[in-house]
Amino acid sequence: MTELTMDLIGDTEILFTRHFKGTPEQVYRAHTEPRLLQQWLLGPEGWSMPVCISDPRPGGHFRYEWVKGSQGFHITGEYNDVRPNSHMDHVERMFLPERTPDNHVITDFVADGTGTQMTMRMKVPDRATRDAMLATGMTTGMEASYARLDGQTVTETA
Amino acid sequence: MLDTTLLALSDPTRRAIIARLAQGEASVNDLAAPFAISQPAISQHLKVLENAGLILRRIDGTRRPCRLAPQGLSALEVWLADLRQVMETNYRRLDDLLATLPQPQPLTKGN
Repeated sequence: MTELTMDLIGDTEILFTRHFKGTPEQVYRAHTEPRLLQQWLLGPEGWSMPVCISDPRPGGHFRYEWVKGSQGFHITGEYNDVRPNSHMDHVERMFLPERTPDNHVITDFVADGTGTQMTMRMKVPDRATRDAMLATGMTTGMEASYARLDGQTVTETA
Repeated sequence: MLDTTLLALSDPTRRAIIARLAQGEASVNDLAAPFAISQPAISQHLKVLENAGLILRRIDGTRRPCRLAPQGLSALEVWLADLRQVMETNYRRLDDLLATLPQPQPLTKGN
């Protein structure tokens, strides 16, 4: 199963898993090198990331800015801990433009024979924040969702 | 409540069942047909969806056909499906990108 899985853990965490056909080194590069991030971390069709600053080391900062026409938003974050090719622990928040609460994200890349298994654990401060995230994400994501309806085939069968 | 709905929709088979029921009422046999899993397994999935308030079942002789609960698919489901699709869209781009990256050279690392 290569498709993204999402599971709730308690009230404040979401666990994502995804398998990639690439080595942990390649997957890590794609998550940390601006030239590569700018090619895939784009969300719905039509968005681009003209600004991508990434300094993957403990205490290092990152900033990603997305635009689509006259719309735009950005994310900033700080790395707590980084082990190249295997582990990233960072805190991030979005500016929509209002600042969202901090998310704590822990990402691991593990070689599994056929490629790399990624697990990403996202933790928000409390349940109210998570529920607010749901509400915000819903309103900002709706248009994109409808726009993509005939653009993307969603494979739901295992 | 949110947890129950999210958990109910965290499984691809259950999402496929919801997609099928969006077309109208269906029997357990109808719902099991596209999947390589047993009818009891399907019934278990239906129980989860029913407990989450996403589907309703009625009694029709020995059959217990299912349909979507009118208020069951909330804004939450839309959000969840949307987040998942945005992320999966990103990761499919990443799949393509990874295929173009050179294999890392075997390195002897000092750290």
